[in-house]
Amino acid sequence: MTILVIAEHDGKTLAPATLNTVAAAAKIGGEINVLVAGQGIGAVAEAAAQIAGVAKVLVADNAAYAHQLPENVAPLVAELGKGYSHILAAATSNGKNILPRVAAQLDVDQISEIISVESADTFTRPIYAGNAIATVQSTAPVKVITVRATGFDPVAAQGGSAAVEAVAAVHDAGTSSFVGEELAKSDRPELTAAKIVVSGGRGMQNGDNFKLLYTLADKLGAAVGASRAAVDAGFVPNDMQVGQTGKIVAPQLYIAVGISGAIQHLAGMKDSKVIVAINKDEEAPIFQVADYGLVADLFEAVPELEKLV
Amino acid sequence: MKVLVAVKRVVDYNVKVRVKADNSGVDLANVKMSMNPFCEIAVEEAVRLKEKGVATEIVVVSIGPTTAQEQLRTALALGADRAILVESAEDLTSLAVAKLLKAVVDKEQPQLVILGKQAIDSDNNQTGQMLAALTGYGQGTFASKVIVAGDKVAVTREVDGGAQTVSLSLPAIITTDLRLNEPRYASLPNIMKAKKKPLEVLTPDALGVSTASTNKTLKVEAPAARSAGIKVKSVTELVEKLKNEAKVI
Repeated sequence: MTILVIAEHDGKTLAPATLNTVAAAAKIGGEINVLVAGQGIGAVAEAAAQIAGVAKVLVADNAAYAHQLPENVAPLVAELGKGYSHILAAATSNGKNILPRVAAQLDVDQISEIISVESADTFTRPIYAGNAIATVQSTAPVKVITVRATGFDPVAAQGGSAAVEAVAAVHDAGTSSFVGEELAKSDRPELTAAKIVVSGGRGMQNGDNFKLLYTLADKLGAAVGASRAAVDAGFVPNDMQVGQTGKIVAPQLYIAVGISGAIQHLAGMKDSKVIVAINKDEEAPIFQVADYGLVADLFEAVPELEKLV
Repeated sequence: MKVLVAVKRVVDYNVKVRVKADNSGVDLANVKMSMNPFCEIAVEEAVRLKEKGVATEIVVVSIGPTTAQEQLRTALALGADRAILVESAEDLTSLAVAKLLKAVVDKEQPQLVILGKQAIDSDNNQTGQMLAALTGYGQGTFASKVIVAGDKVAVTREVDGGAQTVSLSLPAIITTDLRLNEPRYASLPNIMKAKKKPLEVLTPDALGVSTASTNKTLKVEAPAARSAGIKVKSVTELVEKLKNEAKVI
């Protein structure tokens, strides 16, 4: 078996999710190759060659692959991928964008967001926002899979010495072009990648009060999220929404502040390692999933917590 | 410009699903079913494009059981002009759905196809991208803003850590994210009017599409249950537990 892992990167640096994806590949077993597609990606390719357990790095460096437009990258991956038993990518916005297009081009079903490898052809994945876990077997000649990073401990970023090989193939569909991007300038980590997440709910009462959570989050190096109730009430924008229809997070520590714990919110955070709930209503359902519950007025508890951590 | 919108009938997002005792799937008996939330956003976007004079006709399509006609009627009440149901009693994979949608695209020749980014039951996030591959069209996934100008569409996409804008040649495929719009509710007069709008029923056989799959679900289990922990009495105790017991700060 040989496995092709699509490197996750922004053109300059290799993203950590690549290491979790290689870890999933290592569990499947066999030779692991990594494809780095983009433009001016020498540094990314070098970093990929250092990853422990990687045998070969394929580098497709061409203007057509800049910004990793799926219309151009998917045909490349499909062409290279034909010779592999598995094609893996991280379930990031990039991986989710490109890989189904690859699967359709290879005429195989994809398995999305696996959280474990049972055998070379059988995997588990959450469905219904994690309220059920499906065990799925693939009979496809090439198994196309996205990997949920939180399901696999990353392999070491150093220690490998893979051969680096250039790929000459150029695919330019000409149907799409990159216009621009606006990346959040926040110093806070991204919600889905953060080790600690502090979230606020309707109990925050208004958007201004979220400042309490930002202060606490900055002290903890945490990201800030919100429940759907807080988003629907207009306290915060909905890119902060954690839940079934928002972002799914699984940090080391999740602190739910003034969140009652509606089903749709629990679906988005219940895989967190440790859950803390601060709520003045001791009957709130959030306490049923919390490792540590504190029945208290959040306007007193949060500033106190911020001082003590 | 004709716009095709694909919608899926799924378990309502407020329902707490339960896994069947024999682990063959989740129990859908007597459970409230609705239009997938991301598909509602797709319908809303099409209706807004029509209100702006960009779209001239909205065709809504669903692939699913006979009862998916309910969701198609909802879409018609929200402003779609006609509906197509590709009837299939079995659970289809995203690739099979994309192939059926490709057949509908061939038949209808829309300039824009709008789908939800994922269904909240299977959570695959595949169909739009697969349809784009099969049609050879450009794809604007996870859209938070859509602007049609001439023979192009500019799509702002929600990506990890921010937003990206791409320009696609029409025809193109768009999948919706949460921030694209806030879907309206159907008014009673429109619900009544929707009953008279045309709804065509097709079958995969009639479209000449095989729905064979390379994926097989072996079992569906409940996730490891999370048991309630302890209540702490003070913030001091909480911090002490987080530092010394859980070791997460």
